[in-house]
Amino acid sequence: MTNHVPGTGQARAAGDDLWDETEVGVGEFAATVISGLGGTAERPTGGRFAGLFGSARTDGTVWLRAAIARLGRLEVVSCLVPPAPPGGQAAYRGLTPDVPGAAWYERELADMFGLVPEGHQRVDPLVLPRDAQTPPPRPGSAGPRAEIVPDESALPAHVTGEGVFTLPYGPVRSGVFESVQYLIETPGEDIPHVRARVYHKHRGTERRFEGMTPADGVLLAERVEGVASVAHALAFCQALEAVASGPGGGERAMVPEGALLVRALHAELERIANHLDSVLRHTEAAGQAVANARLGWHKERVMRLRSQLCGHRFGRGVVVPGGVSGPPALAPSAALDELMGLDADVVSDTRHLMATSSFVDRLRGTGVITPEVAARRGALGPVGRASGLEEDLRTYRPYAAYGLIEVPEHRYRGSGDALARQLVRLEEVRGSFQICRSALESLAGRPANGPWAVAVAPADGTAWGWAEAPQGELLYMVETEGGRLRRVKPRSASFHNLSLFPEAFGGDIFTDFAFIEASFGLSIAGVAG
Amino acid sequence: MPWVTRGLRNGVLTTRYPKRPDGYGANWRGAVSVRPDGAGRPPVTDGLCPTGAIRPGATPHGLAGGPVGGPVLDRGKCILCGRCVAERPDVFSFDSSAEVAALTRPGLVVPPTEESEAALATVRAELSRRVAALRKSVHVRHVDAGSDGSEEWEVAALLGPVYDVHRLGVFFTASPRHADLLLVTGAGCTGMAGPLLTTYEAMPDPRVVMAVGTDAISGGIVRSGDTGPGGVGEIVPVDVWVPGSPPSPFSVLHGILLAVGLLPAKRGPA
Repeated sequence: MTNHVPGTGQARAAGDDLWDETEVGVGEFAATVISGLGGTAERPTGGRFAGLFGSARTDGTVWLRAAIARLGRLEVVSCLVPPAPPGGQAAYRGLTPDVPGAAWYERELADMFGLVPEGHQRVDPLVLPRDAQTPPPRPGSAGPRAEIVPDESALPAHVTGEGVFTLPYGPVRSGVFESVQYLIETPGEDIPHVRARVYHKHRGTERRFEGMTPADGVLLAERVEGVASVAHALAFCQALEAVASGPGGGERAMVPEGALLVRALHAELERIANHLDSVLRHTEAAGQAVANARLGWHKERVMRLRSQLCGHRFGRGVVVPGGVSGPPALAPSAALDELMGLDADVVSDTRHLMATSSFVDRLRGTGVITPEVAARRGALGPVGRASGLEEDLRTYRPYAAYGLIEVPEHRYRGSGDALARQLVRLEEVRGSFQICRSALESLAGRPANGPWAVAVAPADGTAWGWAEAPQGELLYMVETEGGRLRRVKPRSASFHNLSLFPEAFGGDIFTDFAFIEASFGLSIAGVAG
Repeated sequence: MPWVTRGLRNGVLTTRYPKRPDGYGANWRGAVSVRPDGAGRPPVTDGLCPTGAIRPGATPHGLAGGPVGGPVLDRGKCILCGRCVAERPDVFSFDSSAEVAALTRPGLVVPPTEESEAALATVRAELSRRVAALRKSVHVRHVDAGSDGSEEWEVAALLGPVYDVHRLGVFFTASPRHADLLLVTGAGCTGMAGPLLTTYEAMPDPRVVMAVGTDAISGGIVRSGDTGPGGVGEIVPVDVWVPGSPPSPFSVLHGILLAVGLLPAKRGPA
C-alpha cells in the first residue's frame, strides 16, 4: 500500500487471515473486481459482491474499496481515485453495467463523494440529493461538517406506460414505522414497479464517527441501526480487535472466551427479537389478532430477558472493544428457565400460525425473489436464504463464539416467496434458541470475575469487521489513526437488500405490499445512514 | 388448539400501570441522577460524557438538592451508556424508574433549579387547560424524524397485550386530521423537517407534541459535537420530553399520560 493509508502494511499482517487487500490503479479497478467475482483457475467458485466503500482524503482523492465475499475470507480491491480536474468531476469506470448489485453503492458514492461512475445508466441521488451548488460531504476528509439539506428537485420524476401513475407512499406512513417513501408506479391495482426513497432520514452518522475514540464509536455504532445494536457493535469492535492488541497494536486481540459467549448470547437474542418482529408485522397485516397478541407478548418477553441480562432492552453497552462490559446480570440458570419456556411457547404458536390457511395463503407466491435474481444481486440474510443461497457468516466467516458453539445448519431450501422468508426466519429462531442455550450452559460454569475484556489499542490503518445481523451480512470498514477513528463506513444488510426490494414485485397487488415489506424485515435507519 | 382458546390460555398479561406500579417499569434504569452529597469529593473531569450531557462544576447558587459548584447532568442529552456511573459512582447513580418524562426542556436537567420548578408550574397549568378535552380519549400520530429504529419498536409495543394502551383511551391514528398528540421520534434530520411540519400543521387544535427519546430531544450521540440534527424541538414546539435511548415502553406511556393529564394525582408532578 502507499503512504496514503498510514501503517496499513502492519495492519494487514494482523488481519491477513480474515481479509486481504489488493491495490490497483483506477483504470484497472473495475476489471479487477469483475474478474474477482468470476471464477478463476485458482478459485473455481466466484465471489459475491459485498459492497463498495469510499474514504476521502484532504487532497481531494478518494480511496475506493470493493469487498468481495468468499468462504472464509473477505477480499478487498482498492484504488485511489484522483481529484476532480478543474471544472470537471472525479470519475472511475463504474461497476454497475457488469455487477448489478453495485447500482445503489455507486449512487451512494455519487451523493457522498461526488464520484461519477462511468457507464452507470442512472446515477439518481439516493441517500442525499443535493443541488448543483452544494459540495458533497466527502466522509474521511475532515472537511466542513455543515449539514446538507436534501434537495428534492435533484430527483428525477419518471413514470412509464399508459395509464400509469405514481403513488407516493410515505415518508410519514400509516402506523408506527420508520420514515421511508415508496414510489409505487401503478395503473390501479397491480404494482409493476416500486422505487424506494430513503434520504429523508439521512442522519450523517458516518461523519459523526470521525475523530471519535473507539469507546465512543461503539456507542454510535449501536445507534446506526438500532434494532441490530449488538450486531453493529460486534462488527465494529471485531474490526478494531483484528488489528489491535498491546500498546502499539498490530496484532489480533485475544478476546476472552467468556466474552465471546456473552456476545453470541446477545446476538442470538437480538435475532430472535428481530425475527419475531417480522412475523408480528405479517400477522398484523393479515389481521390475525390472537397470533399478533401472542407473538407480541413473546417479543416483549425476549426484550425483557435481554434487559434482565444486561440492563438494556436492545443489548446496548454489552459489546465493548476487547470483550464485553461484564457477566450477565441474571444467573445463567434463571435465564435458561425463561428461555426454555419462551422457546416452547414460540414454537407452539408459530407452528399453529403456519397451519392457519387464511394466514399462509397471503404469503404463498407473494413477492418472489427468484434464485437467479438472488444470486445475481447477492441477496443477504433470510432474504437470500429463502431464495436458495446458503451463506451465513456464523459458519462462513465465523466470529464471536460461533467457532465454539455449534450453529444449527439451515435445512430449509426456499422457493423465494414471502412464505419461504417466513419459514427461514422461524427455523433461525429455533436455531438461535439452541445457541443461546449452549452459550448459557457454557457460561454457567464460569467465575463471574472474568476476565471479560482485554485492552485494545488499534493500530493505524484500515480494518474490516463483520457479523451476521438478523437482516443479514453486516460489514464495517474502520480506518484508525493515532488511536482515533478517522473513517467508519457501516454497510448494513438493510442497505443491500432494499435495493432488491423492487425485484420482488412481479404481478403482486397493493394488498401484498405490507407482506412483502414485512418479509424483507429491513431497518431504514441502516439504509439512510 | 384453536386461536380463540389459545388467546385465553395465559390469562390477563396486561400491566395495571398507571393504577398500580409495575414491577418491571419501577426497576427500569430510566435516568441518571447526581448524588446530593458532595462534600470533599474530587471534581468531575471534562470529557467524561460521550454526548456532553455533563457539565462539571456548573451548579450555581440556589439549587434544590445539589451542592454548590457540583456537576449538572442534562438528561435530554444522556444516552444512558452508564460510563459516568461506572467511573464516578460517588457522584452519579442510575434512577430505578421509568417515569422520566418532563414538561419543560430545563426540567430534564438535574439537579433541578428553583427557577425551573417555578416555570414548570406555569407550563403545567397552561398544558392542563389545553388538553382538558382530551382526557377521555386521545389519538396519537407517530412520526419518525430520523430515529435509529429502536424507538419505533418501543412505541409499537404499547399496542401489544402487555401495555395495551387502548384500555386507557389512547389510540394510534393514521391521519393527522384525527390526531391530538404528535409523537415524534428521531433526531430531527433536515430531510424530515418538511414532512414533520406538514403533519403538525395538518393536526387540529388543541394539539400536543411529544419528543420521544434522547435523539428527539437533543440529537443524542448522532449530534456529537456541533453538527448534525439537534432534536425535533428545532422543528415543532414540544410539550413533553421523554428521555431514553430508547425510552422503555413504560417511559413512553408515562409521557403520554403526563401530556394529557391522566396520571393519578398521588404520583405527583414529573
